[in-house]
Amino acid sequence: MKTNALILCAALALTACAQPQFDRDGGVGADAFGSGALGGAGAVVPGSANDPTSAAYFQSQIGDRVLFAVDESTLSPDARAVLDGQAQWLAANPAYTALIEGHADEQGTRQYNLALGGRRANAARDYLITRGVPAGRLRTISYGKERPLEVCSVEACYAQNRRAVTVLAVGAGV
Amino acid sequence: MRRFLAACAACLAMWGGQDAALAQSPGPLRIEITDGVIEPLPFAVPPFIARNDAAAGLAVDLTRVVAADLANTGLFREIPQDAHVARITSFDAPVGYADWKAIGAQALITGSVLVEPDGRLVVQFRLFDVFADAPLGEGLQFVGTAEGWRRMAHKVADAAYSRITGEDPYFDSRVVFVAETGPKDARLKRLAVMDYDGANVRYLTSSDALVLAPRFSPDGQRIIYTGYESGFPRVTVLNVADLARRTIGTDLENMSFAPRFSPDGMRVVYSAEVAGNTDLYALDLSTGGTTRLTSAPSIETAPSFSPDGTRIVFESDRSGAPQLYVMSASGGDGQRISFGEGRYGTPVWSPKGDYIAFTKQNAGRFHIGVMRADGAEERLLTGAFLDEGPTWAPNGRVVMFTRETPGAAGAPALYSVDITGRNLQRAPTPAAASDPNWGPLLP
Repeated sequence: MKTNALILCAALALTACAQPQFDRDGGVGADAFGSGALGGAGAVVPGSANDPTSAAYFQSQIGDRVLFAVDESTLSPDARAVLDGQAQWLAANPAYTALIEGHADEQGTRQYNLALGGRRANAARDYLITRGVPAGRLRTISYGKERPLEVCSVEACYAQNRRAVTVLAVGAGV
Repeated sequence: MRRFLAACAACLAMWGGQDAALAQSPGPLRIEITDGVIEPLPFAVPPFIARNDAAAGLAVDLTRVVAADLANTGLFREIPQDAHVARITSFDAPVGYADWKAIGAQALITGSVLVEPDGRLVVQFRLFDVFADAPLGEGLQFVGTAEGWRRMAHKVADAAYSRITGEDPYFDSRVVFVAETGPKDARLKRLAVMDYDGANVRYLTSSDALVLAPRFSPDGQRIIYTGYESGFPRVTVLNVADLARRTIGTDLENMSFAPRFSPDGMRVVYSAEVAGNTDLYALDLSTGGTTRLTSAPSIETAPSFSPDGTRIVFESDRSGAPQLYVMSASGGDGQRISFGEGRYGTPVWSPKGDYIAFTKQNAGRFHIGVMRADGAEERLLTGAFLDEGPTWAPNGRVVMFTRETPGAAGAPALYSVDITGRNLQRAPTPAAASDPNWGPLLP
């Protein structure tokens, strides 16, 4: 439900939907693009999900996240496909840098999960580098189990929380 | 009473030679903190005598804190004041033991409170072994500020606890923890300190940035924690007095976390992720110089010094799942000490050196447990959906930890349990709380 809300938000390109500080999975690019005006029907609205150079497009069309199995940081074939798309998009949009956020589910201690989230973020980063993204455009961070997307305590939620999310920013270096 | 002592003596082997020797002496009032103590020792604390009008309110409050400290250990049971048949009207008058025997009190605590013209508080107390018709130890006097009255109550209770159990005291101590507010997917966290019993909560940081796992320095003057103030997790040192903060570590560290002080307070051991790999590092606080302690492609984290500073216990997943290892404080591969079923984490060495407390995850549940430094005698003290992050009371006889409930409305709280697994209690906090660290006994 939350995810749906974020996608809707991004599609409307409402800059007012910038997320609270700790919820960085959505609302990316809002600051970078300032107040975008809503375009007419069929127009490409700069910064919106139908602007292929926008962070919103990256998030909704390319896919900004990959998921992991329990305790794992290896990339599944699905994850690799998403990262391939991210690498192509980053090559075509060189103004962006990316912060890759690693996350864990709540089944683990706080400290181990911090390290595990770091390992997941680095797995995604390393793969993007092998696909030609310059290392200088990528940085990693871990939130461990501190920032779950889904809040239930069953596997359906845990699976969504074990993730690495590529968060875009405009500017030199990260 | 005699039967009670005999039962205690029979079951105290786990605390080792020193305590065994004490218990075998024909000592008077005494209980041992072991599985054998089933019946709490009944004690009476008649209202402390107010030696002047200014002390009247404080005398009542102080008496209640003393009683609560002792009763909350689970080792003692207070005989309510309305059951007392005798009244203490003078601190120095002889005690009528028969009146206290009549209500079954084995220990009697009396006290007096005076507020000096300059505002200082003077608290005196005596402890009596009722069935021996004798005082237990000398009377004591504490002098302090009226604002610090709770600490003086804790000092009184600490003295009674130590004399009766033979253990070091722990009531006059503080806990640093993470105070949590907000929904589970947007939790706000800030550092807070409180007295061990939940009183005098003080917040140390705003909730602008995520903060995790604070730890006191051995002298209680500084707190080290993982903070996201810079946007990235960094080991941060905070002065309790003026709240000044600084991050430590090197620019090579993409993130640093899980810090702990050495027993002499001169060094910090912590985890850092460098080039995508998490290992353990030590940092000299006077020079800022760092030393790498482990070099493995696996995750090494949650380090904790032995009380003599010569060894470090930590957590590593080099075997495929997180397990506990002990290495020299100068680094190395270390020896694995955990071999039971499940995953082990967050080891922390008891200040007495006799046990290592840990978090264990097995078959979908979390436990707090203790084991010897070589991994022997593993015992689980708790079990729940999510228990983690034990911390020791300064006397090494009680463990506090985080217990989190499941689901969307799940929230963490602080709990304590004694080293035998008895007396599980929720520690009172104003709101949700996690990551407790029990500071030293205050001077």
